Amino acid sequence: MRKHKYNPIILMVSRVVSPFIMIFGLYVIFHGHYSPGGGFQGGTLLAAALLLIRLAAGFDIAQIQFKRILGTPLGSIGVLIYFGTGFLAMISGGEFLNYGFLPFAGFTEAGLRALGILMVEIGVGLAVMAILVAIYDDLLEGYPHD
Amino acid sequence: MKIVNWLLLISFGALLIYASLGLPNRGDGDAVMHREKSPAGSWGASSYYIRNAYRDAETLNMVTVILADYRGYDTLGEETVILTAGLICYLVLRKRRTNRDDKKPLKAGADAQT
Repeated sequence: MRKHKYNPIILMVSRVVSPFIMIFGLYVIFHGHYSPGGGFQGGTLLAAALLLIRLAAGFDIAQIQFKRILGTPLGSIGVLIYFGTGFLAMISGGEFLNYGFLPFAGFTEAGLRALGILMVEIGVGLAVMAILVAIYDDLLEGYPHD
Repeated sequence: MKIVNWLLLISFGALLIYASLGLPNRGDGDAVMHREKSPAGSWGASSYYIRNAYRDAETLNMVTVILADYRGYDTLGEETVILTAGLICYLVLRKRRTNRDDKKPLKAGADAQT
């Protein structure tokens, strides 16, 4: 395989563009209550920001930003956030995934449902971001990367 | 054989185009799938969602309410599918770490012991 040399122009542009993509991904996740968007789309944008650095700077330098070993555990944590939200509603009296029974004081039932939807979307975004980066890293496994 | 393939392709495409002519117009209020009541006369689930989505969850985006609240099990399953895909990529594509010397000839059943 050809030895990879990073291009300073591409690296500079990626370093400038990547945080904006990341901010937009967070916006898509947290603004999903009011506009099109949500966990899946926002997680994909976050993964795109991370993968841009991985493509431009090379695998080894990008480890400073997001370690390879973090991929699968963070995906599991995302699924556990979703499951835990539903389970928290279940152990506090309601059905599984019935967010109206979440044990937080000071909310109406509709407000609790909005909060539950937000927690669920954060879990989905975390899982999608981590799993997409992890699949990229697994595909790169075994090749000599710079 | 190639002629048969092309004929099948063209006839199937023509069939799809002919079938698409029978679809209702976009946003047609009189089409069956856009009516408020089903043909049997009962109120569908979609009219309930449209009426009560904001009242139930105080969220303006109806699609988010349906995906994450009314259809929460479905989204949980989707996320589990993504996690499973990642785990399977990890299992299939990772570098196999073995201490076996590669110059030794492989015995049958050597994998079962490691």
